[in-house]
Amino acid sequence: MRTAKGSGEGSAELLIEGVAKRFGDVVALDHVSLQVAQGELLTILGPSGSGKTTLLKVVAGFEAPDAGRVTVGGADITALPPAKRDIGMVFQNYALFPHLSVKANVAFPLEMRNVGKAEIDRRVGEALAMVELAGYEARLPKQLSGGQQQRVALARAIVFNPRLLLLDEPFGALDRKLRETMQLEVRRLQRRLGLTTIFITHDQEEALVLSDRIAVMNKGAIQQIATTTEIYERPANDFVADFVGESNILHGTMSAPGLVALPDGRKLMVDSEAAPGARVGVLMRPERFAPGGINEFTGEIVEAVYLGTSFKLRLACEGGQELLVRQPARGALPAAGTTITVGIDPEAIHVF
Amino acid sequence: MSRRLLVAVCALIYFFLMLPLLVVFPISLSSAPYMQFPPPGFSWQWYERYLDDPQWIDATWRSLYIGGATAVLALLLGVPLAFSLVRARFRGRALLDRLALAPIIVPTIILSVAIYGLFAKLKLIGTWYGLVVAHTVLALPFVVLVIAAGLRDFDRSLEQAAEGLGASRWKTLMRITLPLLRPSLVSAGLLAFISSFDEVVVALFLAGANMTLPKKMFDNIMMEIDPTIAAVSVMQILLVSVVLVLIGRFGRGLRDSAR
Amino acid sequence: MTARGFWPALPALILLLVFFLFPVVRMLGFSVEAGTLDWYAKALGEGLYLRVFWNTFEIALLVTLVCLLLGYPLGYLMATTTPGWATFGFICVLLPLWTSVLVRTYAWMVLLGRNGVLNRTLMESGLTTDPLPLLHNFTGVLIGMVHVLLPYMVLPIYGAVRRVDPAIPAAAAGLGASSARIFWRIYLPLTLNGIFAGSVLVFVLSLGFFITPALLGGGRVMMIAVLIEQQVRETLNWPFAAALSAVLLVFTFAVYALAQRFTQPEATR
Repeated sequence: MRTAKGSGEGSAELLIEGVAKRFGDVVALDHVSLQVAQGELLTILGPSGSGKTTLLKVVAGFEAPDAGRVTVGGADITALPPAKRDIGMVFQNYALFPHLSVKANVAFPLEMRNVGKAEIDRRVGEALAMVELAGYEARLPKQLSGGQQQRVALARAIVFNPRLLLLDEPFGALDRKLRETMQLEVRRLQRRLGLTTIFITHDQEEALVLSDRIAVMNKGAIQQIATTTEIYERPANDFVADFVGESNILHGTMSAPGLVALPDGRKLMVDSEAAPGARVGVLMRPERFAPGGINEFTGEIVEAVYLGTSFKLRLACEGGQELLVRQPARGALPAAGTTITVGIDPEAIHVF
Repeated sequence: MSRRLLVAVCALIYFFLMLPLLVVFPISLSSAPYMQFPPPGFSWQWYERYLDDPQWIDATWRSLYIGGATAVLALLLGVPLAFSLVRARFRGRALLDRLALAPIIVPTIILSVAIYGLFAKLKLIGTWYGLVVAHTVLALPFVVLVIAAGLRDFDRSLEQAAEGLGASRWKTLMRITLPLLRPSLVSAGLLAFISSFDEVVVALFLAGANMTLPKKMFDNIMMEIDPTIAAVSVMQILLVSVVLVLIGRFGRGLRDSAR
Repeated sequence: MTARGFWPALPALILLLVFFLFPVVRMLGFSVEAGTLDWYAKALGEGLYLRVFWNTFEIALLVTLVCLLLGYPLGYLMATTTPGWATFGFICVLLPLWTSVLVRTYAWMVLLGRNGVLNRTLMESGLTTDPLPLLHNFTGVLIGMVHVLLPYMVLPIYGAVRRVDPAIPAAAAGLGASSARIFWRIYLPLTLNGIFAGSVLVFVLSLGFFITPALLGGGRVMMIAVLIEQQVRETLNWPFAAALSAVLLVFTFAVYALAQRFTQPEATR
């Protein structure tokens, strides 16, 4: 399902239309279309093998698509070699040139554009200052920490004012704390420079933190493109609901307006206008359960985990239904084997 | 086998390997007029005789520039060949791969006789460039093996990064790929040089009256064993040591060649 | 990467075709110039020449065996010792490897001769009374060839032992296996590829050996390469030399082809 809903404000800077690519029998991209607005940060989120990296390579020019076209600012770049595309890219492993100093790395794209020496010095200085690495000019990449290498890669990708910034899972190699710092920093920089950006990741949490919009990919096709809240609250299908965040997904039939009949005979009150008789999916986020909710579930706790701010409980309900529930961590962790009742309100249930 | 026994056995094998290299040092410094061991006294006479003999010096220079030219030619031909073999997909690539390594497998005597037959027809016997061509054939597999190993370990995303940042393919090659391959290039060039500098069988057939150092040594061993050759050997060993140090310092592939 | 991939190989290909493949094929052609296989009949029929082939085969086999016996402990030790000692080992293996065969052969002549270093030492220490015949015979050729070819055995074995995940023998030791058992049950099977690669290389290189038998054999140890050289340089019998070369070449390739069937295709790629 491809939703054009909420395509951000402003004009489309990057336009991908019907791009297809196959490797032998494997369909890597199945006629993918999407657009990214000027200054927007769009995340392509998907598991490995979903085609997201191939899509990025097509945009960067490292892979030629079998069909479809890519335009930037209205100009068709599908046939241009990478060198002519004016796209800044941060690679997964940063791809810093190990034999060149930090300064020479950042100066590289400017030299390739025959920028004058004084101008290069000025812009490299600016870019390094922007990523807070002033003073590291003479170091070699291997003399830097992972986070610092990442900043150099970022400086190198933005120093020549590219039309587009591509980030290919750039935070994968960093530890959690550093990753969170870098995420915020990248976001700040991207906003400040107004860079149209595509960010690739398999980490849904990261996608939610960083993005204006998220495109969820699976099996070479885009499953849903929407804002972060939209993706989380109103996923378009099972895959998106399951891939982004923790979820309880059930399937049933609309038996009456606002009423879903589950296979075990239970009825759920929901807030949906789906026509009676329609087969629907039901998404209940674990954290939306609360004592006293309208739709009640009673079950035995089979697993209880303390997670700091919350308890994560797995319930075995009557009728064999398993349910994942999160409750604020107050008091003692409920013991496994106890039976509890939780509820969820109709407007907290998403029907798709 | 217990570790201690293993170490003892290996010590003997190391000794066996190094013995011939070590034994020429005292002999080259002997004061005796003929081969004698242990040397009765110390003298530089054999080094002086080597340096004073224009034939030896000629042969040395000839071997040096033939080795240098061989290294250059083998790199110029072998590096692009290795790029093709590792990175390109074309029909007959596997065949070319075997052809490129065949000069190691085909016995040198056969290659020598074959090229001798051809060069006799082409009047190339006794020319230094004829030897360079033949030595290049022999050195090519070394260059291909070393460069191919370097290329296989090469991180292609660096080249993609360079191209994405605006570098043409040519500039990417000159600014990124070749500089990063420099250790492999150094090793390959030095190995090609040494393989030519040491080479005797082909030279025996092709050198004619223009002696290379190994051919001169061969003739000397056949005629008379006088310790001049020990002095020459010592210098040869020192040169190889220098080359190995250079490879260890600036090159790569010695340990990788064990793969 | 696809269409533009071949042309860089072209100059090297031309060199190999013109100065390698063509001359070898041309030379081999001499053997059937007369339109008959007479020269092959002579090479493979006459007892004298058959003996040379048999001799060569025997020496190559023996050299391979001795190299394996010496090379395995060395390669194993180098792969399992500290980096410093490994470097020492590499120096001891690579320095001889890249030193001219002539230098080494000369040194062995000095060492093994009637009045050589070894015989002197033996006699002066009273271990023997007469000089041992070590040079200009089978023993001399064997020693010289093993010395030249040992590195070719050590390097693949070193590589094979290095590839054995150290966790595997450690796990076996943890499960109570003795070091002898660990060797026979773990290292040996896991390094068979290296043993095989080294043995094939040494054997094939031995078949074509020329300098060492020519100098250390003193004319008394006839190997096929020496015979070829004699036919070309002394008797100028090109067709016969060509026939001998063809037989040697076919045998060499046969050994390789056979060897490749028994190993995973990882030799060149």
